[in-house]
Amino acid sequence: MPENTPVKRRKFQFFDFIEKPMELFIRICGWSSIIGIATIFVFIFKEAGPMVPRLDWVEFFTSSRWIPNPAPGNPASYGALALIVGTFGTTFIALIIAVPVGLGAAVYIGEFATGKVKETLKVVIELLAAIPSIVWGFIGLMVLGPLVKSIFTAAPGSAWSKIMVTLQLASADGGTTQGTNLLTGGIILALMSVPVIVSLSEDALRAVPDNFREASLALGANTWETVRRVLFPAARNGLLAACLLGMGRAIGETMAVLLATGHSNRIPEALTDPVRTMTATIAAEMGECVQGDDHYRVLFILGIVLFVITCAVNVAGDLIIKGVKKANKA
Amino acid sequence: MTQTNAITTRDLKLWYGNFQALLGVSVDIKQGQITSLIGPSGCGKTTLLRCFNRVNERYGNVRTEGEVKILDKNIYEPDVSLAELRKRVGMVFQRPNPLPISVYENVVFGMRIHSPQKLTTSDLDDAVEKALTETGLWADLKDRLDAKATTLQLEQQQKLCIARLLPLKPEVILMDEPCSALDVEGTKAIEELMWSLAGKFTIVIVTHNMAQARRASHECIFMLMGEFVEHSRTEDLFLNPRNPKTAEYIEGRYG
Repeated sequence: MPENTPVKRRKFQFFDFIEKPMELFIRICGWSSIIGIATIFVFIFKEAGPMVPRLDWVEFFTSSRWIPNPAPGNPASYGALALIVGTFGTTFIALIIAVPVGLGAAVYIGEFATGKVKETLKVVIELLAAIPSIVWGFIGLMVLGPLVKSIFTAAPGSAWSKIMVTLQLASADGGTTQGTNLLTGGIILALMSVPVIVSLSEDALRAVPDNFREASLALGANTWETVRRVLFPAARNGLLAACLLGMGRAIGETMAVLLATGHSNRIPEALTDPVRTMTATIAAEMGECVQGDDHYRVLFILGIVLFVITCAVNVAGDLIIKGVKKANKA
Repeated sequence: MTQTNAITTRDLKLWYGNFQALLGVSVDIKQGQITSLIGPSGCGKTTLLRCFNRVNERYGNVRTEGEVKILDKNIYEPDVSLAELRKRVGMVFQRPNPLPISVYENVVFGMRIHSPQKLTTSDLDDAVEKALTETGLWADLKDRLDAKATTLQLEQQQKLCIARLLPLKPEVILMDEPCSALDVEGTKAIEELMWSLAGKFTIVIVTHNMAQARRASHECIFMLMGEFVEHSRTEDLFLNPRNPKTAEYIEGRYG
């Protein structure tokens, strides 16, 4: 086209008029997540702030005396050790179960299953991720708890009971009547983080270039050998990130653990001792404390601790995923 | 000159779903020779090559009929072990595809898979040195055996892909356009390597590059539209093609 062609002026249209505001609106949508997280950050720190210099931090991290409602002869004390142990304990058990199951499922869906089976499994796993956490808690309380109790706890004094107590698998005092405890909570959390681990691991496996599989098969390897010797090394970072994000899910979960762990503030001595997590404590006590008093602010400090932990886990996961992309480019 | 055939196909037909890619191909590929498969895109040369180690079967919708004998054994018989077949018939791909593990582990990958008992470190070390020496990589890589194979130069990667077949002592090496991702120097190096391996191994190479077929093979098979057209000594095929279609192709009238 010759350069001096006169450009015909387009007629002014309605959409020209709203183009600028529309662009601004879309921009705000894009930034909303950052605005949201900044607001939360400011809010939590503002509420917790006045308590930060006053809190006995050593006691907070080393004692499990959690007495938010002081009574005569029973002074207030904010030792969150048992809550921290509860959070990490349930998460640890969840990961022990969810990582092998999740990776196994991802390998099966990605490398072994074909056609309808594969599609069905993918849909069902997504569905599993959509079950509300209160429902998981309910299942823990009504179904899994009694099951765990019937397996691990026998009549006091019986041989089975003695074995289980000696191995620290069952509570010496029989545990809670519902069987809500560390193990039950951990299993429920495992079930909740499995979908996260499966779908992210499957993505990681799918991201491995197909010519690696072909190379391995052409050397005479079968599918399992290919998975173990080629795909796992190739997708290592993605798989690790999947597990970390699954862990993030387990740490932050509230409703399910509130119902399934027994909500008892103590450091567990056996696998089926009831525990209490930080998240459940906040959920249970926030409603009954006086806004602005020490108890209220300490609950926000628990929130900060959780915030820091989940941020660290998520950032670690993100960094690892970035590492994957770099490695794939090289 | 009497020579045994390494690969013999009889009336080999292959379908991808409803599309028939091979319409009854019968060829005899001589042992210890480099045979190139040439023909325009879609003529079935790569499909034919991929029948020889049955790597075609990865895709679920492939159906094969007919006979492929490799050293007097029909590889489409039900009792054939794919692992054993692929040990005897190695393959080099278009795009160098070393595994994303170390150079050392790439070379011993096949041994680890196929060896029934535990291999000693010295066995593995010897195999690595031998394979890399044969492929001309030893001098460059002997201090970098722990480097990730995917970080090597493309030419080295492709040589490594050949090197990792050698410890398995294959009878046939299949090459699917092994130089198409390489530059002139790399192509030259791979072709020289092919000449040095010929005799010990039967090499079948698919190539789009007629000059390469001419330079780097003893025999040539020309295919068109899923059918075998002509098979003769490379120099004969290029100088005195018997079939007019071959003549037109090598003159560049189509392709």
